[in-house]
Amino acid sequence: MRIGLFVPCYIDAFHPEVGIATLQLLERFGLDVEYPRNQTCCGQPMTNTGCHAESAATEALFVRNFTGYDYVVAPSGSCVHHVRCDMDAVEQTDDVRQVRARTYELVEFLHDILKVDAFPWAEFPHRVSLHNNCNALRGLNHASMSELREPAFSKPADLLARVRGLEFVHIQRPDECCGFGGTFSVFEKGVSEKMGYDKVRDHSNAGAAYVVSADSSCMMHQQGCAQRLDMPLKFIHIAQILNGARA
Amino acid sequence: MSGAQGSDLNRNPPRSGRLDHAEGASVPLHSRVREAQPRGAVINGDQPINQAEAAERFMAAPEHERMHDARLWDLRQKRDRQMHGITEWEDLRRLASEIKEHALTHLDHYLEQFETNARANGIHVHWAQDADEHNAIILSLLRDHGVKRLIKSKSMLTEECGFRDFMAESGVEVVETDLGERIQQLDDEAPSHVVVPAVHKLRSDVADVFARTLGTDPNDDDVHYLTEQQREKTRPLILDAQAGLTGANFVVAETGTFVVCTNEGNADLSANTPPLQIASIGIEKVIPRLEDLPVFVRLLSRSALGSPITQYTSHFRGPRRGGELHVVLVDNGRSERLGMEQFWTSLKCIRCGACMNTCPVFRRSGGLSYGATYAGPIGLIIDPTFNRHRYSSLPFSSTLNGSCTNVCPVKINIHEQIAGWRRVLAETHELPLMKKAMMREAGHLLSHPALYRAAIATADSALKHLPRFMVYNRLNTWGHGREVPAPPRETFHQWYAANRASGQGEPS
Repeated sequence: MRIGLFVPCYIDAFHPEVGIATLQLLERFGLDVEYPRNQTCCGQPMTNTGCHAESAATEALFVRNFTGYDYVVAPSGSCVHHVRCDMDAVEQTDDVRQVRARTYELVEFLHDILKVDAFPWAEFPHRVSLHNNCNALRGLNHASMSELREPAFSKPADLLARVRGLEFVHIQRPDECCGFGGTFSVFEKGVSEKMGYDKVRDHSNAGAAYVVSADSSCMMHQQGCAQRLDMPLKFIHIAQILNGARA
Repeated sequence: MSGAQGSDLNRNPPRSGRLDHAEGASVPLHSRVREAQPRGAVINGDQPINQAEAAERFMAAPEHERMHDARLWDLRQKRDRQMHGITEWEDLRRLASEIKEHALTHLDHYLEQFETNARANGIHVHWAQDADEHNAIILSLLRDHGVKRLIKSKSMLTEECGFRDFMAESGVEVVETDLGERIQQLDDEAPSHVVVPAVHKLRSDVADVFARTLGTDPNDDDVHYLTEQQREKTRPLILDAQAGLTGANFVVAETGTFVVCTNEGNADLSANTPPLQIASIGIEKVIPRLEDLPVFVRLLSRSALGSPITQYTSHFRGPRRGGELHVVLVDNGRSERLGMEQFWTSLKCIRCGACMNTCPVFRRSGGLSYGATYAGPIGLIIDPTFNRHRYSSLPFSSTLNGSCTNVCPVKINIHEQIAGWRRVLAETHELPLMKKAMMREAGHLLSHPALYRAAIATADSALKHLPRFMVYNRLNTWGHGREVPAPPRETFHQWYAANRASGQGEPS
């Protein structure tokens, strides 16, 4: 199984450890993982702002980089949601359609495709609060949604439940957006910050030592908010825990 | 799947010994300090509304923001509890959506059917193309009947039409009969929410308004006192009004009747006290059959307030003996919206306000920050159809988190339409030039790997360039209330080159 590893720009520049953990984790399962070196971004920052024309070349580049793999895997629900559900600035050729359909977020790839049922190397003896990115939650169906009448499930929680020592804490508003929202975090910084403060207080009040998420973008925002509030809250990507990080 | 319950994470069990709906289950909220009420968006002709600026002012009044967020979140939680009590909830939403889509795609047929049947019931039916026609029709009816005072119940359509201001200019006194709407009228402020129009106000704000307009004690903000005072002052105005105006929640084509849902019974007061009754109704309110109605009645109040049903669900079938009943069917942009391929399903909206209650941006901004008749998620997709330039920034007042779509009882894909509007606005040159230029630059950088790599090659340049497209050319915008992430020694790209030999070629 040939896997193309997509490491979104935030992770590449600010959280390379998340990309490394994702690569190593996939390699633990004996997969043939390649990182196409000409990759940049999926185009979401532009389309998020309505600028589809400005996004088309970036989307085309993404498809050129990832054509031919059995699966494209990325440790980011938000970016994968863009590729799979919204990448329509570029002309929809067969290659584009195939790449879009084969692109998976790491959690769903482990849960639905590899059907991993054990991470014997993983141990994380801490109290953690799980943050679901909104695109991962409501766009990729990572978990059941509190607004809908549907049976409860959570793919990231299923995976984390297989990590020794990990203890979940539960926050008051689990599905509430943290206020990152891509370019929203900049164009409407006041509301974005307030939402972030409320979110990290919710984690903190629940007794979390760590916030874990499948999305670095939300966590970058929340971490910035927690640091500004002088909270001792720590943030870690789910790939790192599943790959055996202890802290 | 039936009987499946949401996870314990997501549910608050009903409090024992208290009613599980309506006010009985509300979290009692007590505001701690007296604080001046923040006002809404600055309106400057057709200049784009700056929602973010008004939101900042709302949040600068922390007691107002805290109470607003808590009150609306409480409504959302009660809505969730109601949902869990109805096994077929998702089927109801699907059915409601399908009935509305059917009615909207056969709108001419059902409107004409309604008109015919309503006339047979003795109802006078008028058609208004726009707000001006609507206002003129009603004014002429009032003049024909020598009406000096009109009592009215809450109606978002009349807000669309600028009805109260028009009547004031025309010398007709209008008295709102919905308590929240009356508060807003006395304060000369628009409703901030389609269901709870004064939810952005604290009790102390209401005490100020009543002291100023009704002569109550400014230091007494007891809700019973304030409500009683308002009742005593307003009731005489209601009893000798010569005409009453209501909106309608639903119009039933096969029976030629319409239905108004309220909790205060005030629509009945407006309709049944004076001899002349008028109903202003948007053309999208029509449903085909009476048997379609229960689907909506079951969803409406559960979605809006988390109560099983409104206290009053009043069916109006014809004029009272000796009276007259007029219905004004209003288009005011609806036909044009119906022709918009991406946005026509916004006409399914039954104005429950669930999208506002769940919206994390709305809860922290207040409805008046949108500077438009319709606030919150539904407003973001309706307002630009009224004035694309003035409301061009509103679709950006969203994180696109999608909760609004999930709570919508008629399954409008609200967050997708918000994203759709962003694209339309960009394509029709309604984006600020600076924003557009930054996106063009980001698109250029991100589609040229070598340029991109050079831009973020070192930690310093990454901080300079990466946030440049990420945070719109101003590092201090990100850093205003958040710490900027520390860039690590090397990018993943560099680590990969050093640690995995078998990668593909270097950037071309």
